[in-house]
Amino acid sequence: MNPRPVGTYSGIPRWVVAIAAVGALFVLLPLAAMAARVNWAKFIPLVTSEASLTALGLSLRTAAASTVLCVLFGVPLALVLARGGFPGQRLLRSFVLLPLVLPPVVGGIALLYTFGRQGLLGRSLEVAGIQIAFSTTAVVLAQTFVALPFLVVSLEGALRSAGSRYEAVAATLGARPTTVLRRVTVPLVLPGLASGAVLSFARSLGEFGATLTFAGSLQGVTRTLPLEIYLQRETDADAAVALSLVLVAVAVIVVGLSYRRPAAGTRSSAPEKRVSP
Amino acid sequence: MTFTVDASVAARGFEVSLSLGPAETVAVLGPNGAGKSTLLAVIAGLLRPDTGRAQLDGKLLFDLQQGVQAGTWTAPHRRGTALLAQEALLFPHLSALENVAFGPRSAGVPKGEAREAARHWLAEVGAADLAARRPDELSGGQAQRVAVARALAANPQVLLLDEPMAALDIHAAPLLRRLLKRVLAGRRAIIVTHDVLDAYMLADRVIVMEQGRITEEGPTRALLRRPRSSFAAGLAGLNLVSGTVTSTGIRSAEGLEFAGLHDGPLGEGQAGVAAFPPSAVSVFLSEAHGSPRNSFKVTVTDLEPHGDQIRVRAGELSADVTPAASADLSLAPGLEVYFVVKAAAVAIYPA
Amino acid sequence: MKRGLRAAALLLAVALGAGLAGCAAPAADGAADGAAGKTLTVFAAASLKGPFTSIAAAFEEQHPGIAVRLSFAGSSDLVSQLNQGAPADVFASADARNMAKLQDAGLVEAAPQDFATNVLTIAVPRANPASIGSFADLAKPGVKVAICASQVPCGAATKTVERETGVALKPVSEESSVTDVLGKVSSGEADAGLVYVTDVLAAGNRVKGVAFAEAGKAVNAYPIATVQTSRNKDVAAAFIAAVTGPDGRRILADAGFGTPGA
Repeated sequence: MNPRPVGTYSGIPRWVVAIAAVGALFVLLPLAAMAARVNWAKFIPLVTSEASLTALGLSLRTAAASTVLCVLFGVPLALVLARGGFPGQRLLRSFVLLPLVLPPVVGGIALLYTFGRQGLLGRSLEVAGIQIAFSTTAVVLAQTFVALPFLVVSLEGALRSAGSRYEAVAATLGARPTTVLRRVTVPLVLPGLASGAVLSFARSLGEFGATLTFAGSLQGVTRTLPLEIYLQRETDADAAVALSLVLVAVAVIVVGLSYRRPAAGTRSSAPEKRVSP
Repeated sequence: MTFTVDASVAARGFEVSLSLGPAETVAVLGPNGAGKSTLLAVIAGLLRPDTGRAQLDGKLLFDLQQGVQAGTWTAPHRRGTALLAQEALLFPHLSALENVAFGPRSAGVPKGEAREAARHWLAEVGAADLAARRPDELSGGQAQRVAVARALAANPQVLLLDEPMAALDIHAAPLLRRLLKRVLAGRRAIIVTHDVLDAYMLADRVIVMEQGRITEEGPTRALLRRPRSSFAAGLAGLNLVSGTVTSTGIRSAEGLEFAGLHDGPLGEGQAGVAAFPPSAVSVFLSEAHGSPRNSFKVTVTDLEPHGDQIRVRAGELSADVTPAASADLSLAPGLEVYFVVKAAAVAIYPA
Repeated sequence: MKRGLRAAALLLAVALGAGLAGCAAPAADGAADGAAGKTLTVFAAASLKGPFTSIAAAFEEQHPGIAVRLSFAGSSDLVSQLNQGAPADVFASADARNMAKLQDAGLVEAAPQDFATNVLTIAVPRANPASIGSFADLAKPGVKVAICASQVPCGAATKTVERETGVALKPVSEESSVTDVLGKVSSGEADAGLVYVTDVLAAGNRVKGVAFAEAGKAVNAYPIATVQTSRNKDVAAAFIAAVTGPDGRRILADAGFGTPGA
């Protein structure tokens, strides 16, 4: 969005540009191919069918809820990982980041054995009258599980690059740790927090495997847009393609919004983030 | 009503004991890595010493004993020790006014009152017109002035300044130095600096730190006039030779005899130093005679401009000569010359 | 626009091809290009995995020089693959609807033959915590039932049974495959699930089947046919004969499948 001023030296060899172009094509071409297969005449009725709208609505609501949970748990986690010094810190980080590399279905199974009826906590929860399996809560938990690392990684990076010197100064000025967090740390890393939250939202929106394994699939309760797409594919390929395009559009909008240049005044801590138009 | 600190950090070979009166400003001088910043961090509560004790106007900052697990430790925000660093470190998301109001706000002062106080302190540092600016709209000097206002607004019982002028350009530094001279008057402060001018202008007392320890300490003028450590002598711009007091002067460890004027009564055989300014040293190509003069053979190690003179360095000693004299003598590193100094210019005092 | 897309695709294919050639090469041949050997590729519904593996082994034994390559997936996935030009000789579907889709696409050589039937059964966790004994029990309040979504064959069969019995189920989940229904039951999340008889048998002792009379209202027939694009149509016909022959019938029956017309 802010192109490099004309005439400055970039120093990128041409062959790197060529390989980069192939890489970009590798990502963009399948999306274009899918868009080319959309049955545009039926597009509007397909994506505005009751099942589609219900699934989209559920996806947006659950992704928003899991983003809130990610922020709630991710901010303290990132702080502890970035600022704390305690034995097992590296181990904790590895485990928190594990869902990034874990197949989501494995996450689903793990959640099942934790919050399921026969699970570690599920049995106690059931006694307390709380049933998570097959509920929208289960969808939110599955999404939070896979999306949390995105927020933690992004925020921990922002915290590290911001450094702790501002916090030290704030403390010597008489600010309690909570005040430092609220008035200095969080505002300083706000761009990192925002992009982390958006990534979490986008990841939640796309969550499929863990949800399918852990939450099931029922219209309006647990069947999010990716599950709806998977099901529609069985009978109506046109509907699946149309809904996929909707999901891509939502993801592009969300990610595009977050990767805009951070507003002036917060530039110091934000790493350079740009996307070419 | 005093401030005392006594702390050691084994990992950094740091062991310092220091006390300050209620309105005393102390300058801490010393080479890089001497532990000056460690001292400030320990006082501010940003670094926990292994053992030690510090008390500020009756308030215990820390009391840590060897082998005792639970000592007393006051968190940084409860200490009343505002820190002003080399960089202004103004919070980038707050205006200058909000930056200065940060301390009062943190102390629980209502927003309006805190802003009022902030305006007062901004005016005090001559930055009233910068109130609405963001830190990235301020020059280095302006930012540092706002940072001074911010530190003062927190009403610290001891103000800690860590080379506040070091990052400023040569035009901004004098301005800030004048400002500090004004605002530090009547305040308790510790200023870490590289610049002897800061010590002259701002401090009542000077401490020299070397390798984690205080090696010299005293009123600024006395210390700079009669330095005992080579570091302080360097700051004061004096040649310093330490050795044993003799009836006429001093004998260095290498056996060189220096004739000089005894500064008060001195016993023969006690440890002493001889100090003399480079400007009192003349340079000759051959040995000069005539008493009472000190003359010794040295090898030139370096030549460098020093004001309108050329400073001739020969190991620890130096002499100032005019450029013309330097050219006449064809001075160059490696050349053997004789440094000659009148005994009347050499002060002998106890080490 | 479309031409630009195609050009871009070609460019990508060339670039990726260079990188992937190394990985792809070893998998390509095998028994396929032996001088006397032929490879028969069979696309079969996932529920046929057990019996078709046995049938193929027996077929290879009786027809030396012929290798049978089996590919198992959901019937609709297989139809999609065939429509995209996947090379196969035989297609065995789990329902008539998917076979009809392939016929509509003109990819079926001759009229498909039904070779097996399958009926629904109730799968419950080993302990049967909700004490399910009949189809009507599934509608009891508090019973958590997982079924297949109506878009997939087992879901369509479930709908038929519901209609025929007048019992309206309130499922907690409508899964997109039998495997997912079984998963929910075997993990104990669901009290019961509706799956095929063969699925319960294949799942071993993780779940228990509760048969119900009304299952007969929705008998699902499995059709098999030679794919129109096959280059080994005679071998394909021989394989279909083996499936529908007495040995094939026996193996299928052992896996829980029924015989059509019986």
